Amino acid sequence: MTPSILALIVLALMVVGYILGRQRALSLAKRDGVRLHSLPGYYGQSVALFTAVPAFVLLGVWLFLQPVLIENQISATIPDSAIPEGGARSLVMADVRRIADGLDLVVEQGNISEDDLAVMRADISNVRSRLAEVGVALGSNVQPAVFEAAKSYRSIGKTASFWRNIAVLAAALGSGFLAWSRVRPAMRARNVSETFIRALLMASSFIAILTTFGIVASLLFETIHFFRIYPAKDFFFSTIWNPQFRGGSDLGILPLLWGTFYVSLVALLLAVPVGLMIAIYLAEYAGKSLRSFAKPAIEILAGIPTIVYGLFALITVGPFLRDWIAQPLGLGDSSSSVMTAGLVMGIMLIPFVSSLSDDIINAVPQSMRDGSYGLGATQSETIKKVIMPAALPGIVGAILLAASRAIGETMIVVMGAGAAARLDVNPFEAMTTVTVKIVSQLTGDTEFASPETLVAFALGLTLFVFTLGLNVLALYIVRKYREQYE
Amino acid sequence: MTDMTTASPAAVARNAGSLLEHGDRTRNRHASERRFRILGLIAVGFGILALVGLLTSILVNGVSSFRQTYVTLDVQLDEAKLDKTGNRNTEELRKVTTFVYAPLIEKALAQFIEERGIAVEGLTKKDVSGIISKEAPASLRSVVLADPSKIGGTVSFDVLTDGRIDGYYKGRVTMASAELDRNVSPAQLKLADALKDAGALNTRFNWDFLTAPDASDTRPEAAGLGVAILGSAYMMLIVLALSLPIGVAASIYLEEFAPSNRITDTIEVNIANLAAVPSIVFGILGLAVFINYAGLPQSAPVVGGLVLMLMTLPTIIIATRAALKAVPPSIREAALGIGASKMQTIFHHVLPLAAPGILTGTIIGLAQALGETAPLLLIGMVAFVREYPSAPPEGFFDPASALPVQVYNWTQRGDPAFVERASGAIIVLLIFLVIMNGLAILLRRRFERRW
Amino acid sequence: MDMYANNTVAGKIGERAMAEKSNAVKMRGENVNVFYGEKQALFDVNLDILENQVTAMIGPSGCGKSTFLRCLNRMNDTIDVCRVTGKITLDDENIYDPGVDVVELRARVGMVFQKPNPFPKSIRENIAYGPRIHGLTRSKTDLEEIVVTSLQKAGLFEEVKDRLDAPGTGLSGGQQQRLCIARAIAVQPSVILMDEPCSALDPIATAKVEELIDELRENYTIAIVTHSMQQAARVSQRTAMFHLGNLVEIDQTDKIFTNPEDKRTQDYITGRYG
Repeated sequence: MTPSILALIVLALMVVGYILGRQRALSLAKRDGVRLHSLPGYYGQSVALFTAVPAFVLLGVWLFLQPVLIENQISATIPDSAIPEGGARSLVMADVRRIADGLDLVVEQGNISEDDLAVMRADISNVRSRLAEVGVALGSNVQPAVFEAAKSYRSIGKTASFWRNIAVLAAALGSGFLAWSRVRPAMRARNVSETFIRALLMASSFIAILTTFGIVASLLFETIHFFRIYPAKDFFFSTIWNPQFRGGSDLGILPLLWGTFYVSLVALLLAVPVGLMIAIYLAEYAGKSLRSFAKPAIEILAGIPTIVYGLFALITVGPFLRDWIAQPLGLGDSSSSVMTAGLVMGIMLIPFVSSLSDDIINAVPQSMRDGSYGLGATQSETIKKVIMPAALPGIVGAILLAASRAIGETMIVVMGAGAAARLDVNPFEAMTTVTVKIVSQLTGDTEFASPETLVAFALGLTLFVFTLGLNVLALYIVRKYREQYE
Repeated sequence: MTDMTTASPAAVARNAGSLLEHGDRTRNRHASERRFRILGLIAVGFGILALVGLLTSILVNGVSSFRQTYVTLDVQLDEAKLDKTGNRNTEELRKVTTFVYAPLIEKALAQFIEERGIAVEGLTKKDVSGIISKEAPASLRSVVLADPSKIGGTVSFDVLTDGRIDGYYKGRVTMASAELDRNVSPAQLKLADALKDAGALNTRFNWDFLTAPDASDTRPEAAGLGVAILGSAYMMLIVLALSLPIGVAASIYLEEFAPSNRITDTIEVNIANLAAVPSIVFGILGLAVFINYAGLPQSAPVVGGLVLMLMTLPTIIIATRAALKAVPPSIREAALGIGASKMQTIFHHVLPLAAPGILTGTIIGLAQALGETAPLLLIGMVAFVREYPSAPPEGFFDPASALPVQVYNWTQRGDPAFVERASGAIIVLLIFLVIMNGLAILLRRRFERRW
Repeated sequence: MDMYANNTVAGKIGERAMAEKSNAVKMRGENVNVFYGEKQALFDVNLDILENQVTAMIGPSGCGKSTFLRCLNRMNDTIDVCRVTGKITLDDENIYDPGVDVVELRARVGMVFQKPNPFPKSIRENIAYGPRIHGLTRSKTDLEEIVVTSLQKAGLFEEVKDRLDAPGTGLSGGQQQRLCIARAIAVQPSVILMDEPCSALDPIATAKVEELIDELRENYTIAIVTHSMQQAARVSQRTAMFHLGNLVEIDQTDKIFTNPEDKRTQDYITGRYG
């Protein structure tokens, strides 16, 4: 029984609970000839909630804890001798999991029965080829200890799932029954179910915290792994990025940071002036008809997915820059370049900058404009010398938010900037960014526990810290700015 | 009291003159005003031009993917080759590979050329069969497997042509480029022209682009979006089913119940920051938590849906809170005043009134999620998937692709025909987005209430 | 400055009446009609503003007095739907002539607004802004001189001389309004328009601003819109009464307040409506 089927069963029980709870309330009230405290539906609702919620909470917790507990137990059974020289226990555990999954497939396809599997031994039968048949490729022959671990991984997993199903169903039925038996006409069913619902509402809002926690935990956890097998000093200060398949890689973040910074700089140099001028023009100059046409048009740019911009960079802007600018000027002959990605990303950021600036410019009170016009200032003088200085903090905030967007952007740089890690100043040269390398290291074929893969988490953490810092700073500045005019 | 005599001479002179005469300085100021205004207009123009350029580039490149070139041939389904036992047993028919079907199509083509007396100089036998797509035998095989009774007879079959031949009719391939291309020769193009003159070859609307699964590197002509659209649809279902209730619940709590304390502040700051976390970080979260930790399958819509759900949540919460805030307190007071509980007030009065705003926000959140690519790359949705996922709920756990990821996938292939496919896929994606945003605008126009 | 020591209304009115006849017409409105879109806000207003006098405009809310004031330096141009017909002259030149540059016009006809609206800049920059955009000075010392004299004229210099670089928004309401007046003076206009300049101020600050207005009359022509009849009586020489977009009457202030010709004026100043 998979968790999803289990969940469906619990949902069905919840419906049953509702009906039974409601009926019980009605029949008890009729028998005793008393009025119900709440509407009958609330009695059903409280039974339904007591049936479903504890069961789901239990299921969730179980699904969360089961993998850790089993891993730890199995991991302890693997003797140190089974761990290859210089390898990590986690690497072996990865093998164990893959073999276990493979065995599941073998059994599923009917190639071998459970009983045969129980007596199967890695040193006698050819496990590797067996698994290859079902599409699970292993790097080397399976060690007996690892194979035994995989077998017990499977069996413990099976038992655990069995008990999980029992426990969840028992929780649903037990707590549901308890709630049902407590139904009395005098029971304040509405208050009970409302308190319950309120707790659910609160729990939903905690998802946000949980997500942040999940992000930080997953990044931090694997980054620590990474720094155990790769020196942090080399990661942060090396200027060479050169991952190898067979170890001995140079994984210096500096060229990636440079590429990220350079592409973002180009993007901001385009997006900030253009976006700002658009906001100014539409807010201060444009007539009604132009505004009603141009404003939505610019906003459409904001709704276009980044993959579309990526394709635009790849098939249009890249070749155009190469054929018309880079090659004639002898600046390079790569269609993916800092310029390509930067310009396209700049276009993507224009609506972002312009709509934020628009809000900020509109927040400057009309009395400021009046004061300036009253002195005989022209519109542009008023904008440049009164509105802009007044709006400056807000606009700085907007630019920081745009910068955070730029350094976190992925698809445009994946498709437009190139893959070569390089410290160069020629913007028509292909360079690469942090996000590009996260994608390439995590979608490659390298072993998960290798530094070449784990480095992606360290890169992710760096990216997260940078963008978070920019966002917090920007939000702080913008909030301060708004308070000034409230 | 200071007198006007302290004023600088320039000022006095200015104030003395006529209003109708303008000095140089005024002219300069107006010139700079005009320059500034033109600069603004240029910026607006640039923005609009960028939009137009972007859309035109995609349309020009992609529109042709909705049309495809076929050769209509009468193919003889030779019983001796396809069904040696002659009992039409499906199990046995399945064992007949596409290698057996390929010669049947080649034969039909050769026959047609002979009948019509088409002669093209320098055409080898290999050239002739080369204009047929490598996918064609597989299509023919599935036609036969669907209806074994056709064996022994002759069927009129629309044979997919090779991508280069198709490209010839879309302007991607020319006689000149064919000279240099080792995948196609000018003779083949001439043959295609001759077939077209004979009425056998035509280019028409290509439903398969929307329904067929992806195809391998060498068969761009057969690649379709079927699996990707299905995968995206599955993910959107999951996103909708999870993020709408959770988002609305969280918003109700924060807007109506939450006491103002440190925990509430933490939640609010968290939501604001999650809205700005780069999407790729969510991909890392999905990989680490849902795949590596929880052991959910790679490339599965369920993982994609969960990741996109987490990304969409802040959007929905922000929109829902705005919608709840827009409901005036008088409504709440009216309901509370006649003895409704707070929960009843919210669920009976406030929520229905806020519903249009919530739905609009949800649709916009879904539209964002539909176009999201980067996190899906990390959870393995770039994999080459040719099998349609089964129906939900099991289908949620089957490997699938997604529209934007399919675009990325195609751009990574060598054959230039895939650029057309990728652009075509973007058009499909944009059409979905236009429909969703249109719906959101419609909802807003129709139901938006000003209090 | 002894003459302000006995600052009674009656005393001052008499004093003004003597100087009255010699004043020339500085601005004149002829058949001024103002429309906001379809709605007409002013009907055929004919009004003279005399040089070196304070002309007060009074009337109930929505009577068009502020609208008329804003016509005098074409501030209404910033409102898209606003349309003005008729003729308004400044020194006999029609300010609505197509050849007139509003920027120059506003340099000659300055304006002070209802709510003090200093720019979010330093006190010095607030004053220097106008002279700078109009190019009134050639050197830094010139500019500094204008800043100082403007502040002196506005009676603010002593209060702020130690903190010219502090933000103008940090001053008190009354100081802010005097800063705005100083800002207007710095451009060296010949007319200053004031749109309810004291409505956002407390009584003490109001008194200071009124005192200032009276001093400024020597060098400038002033038109002031006010809600307070006491204020009109205190500071102005002539008063114009507006009602529902019409100019009801205009005359010597003491005449308006003691013996108005029109019943509506009578009702208004005796508080029947307002």
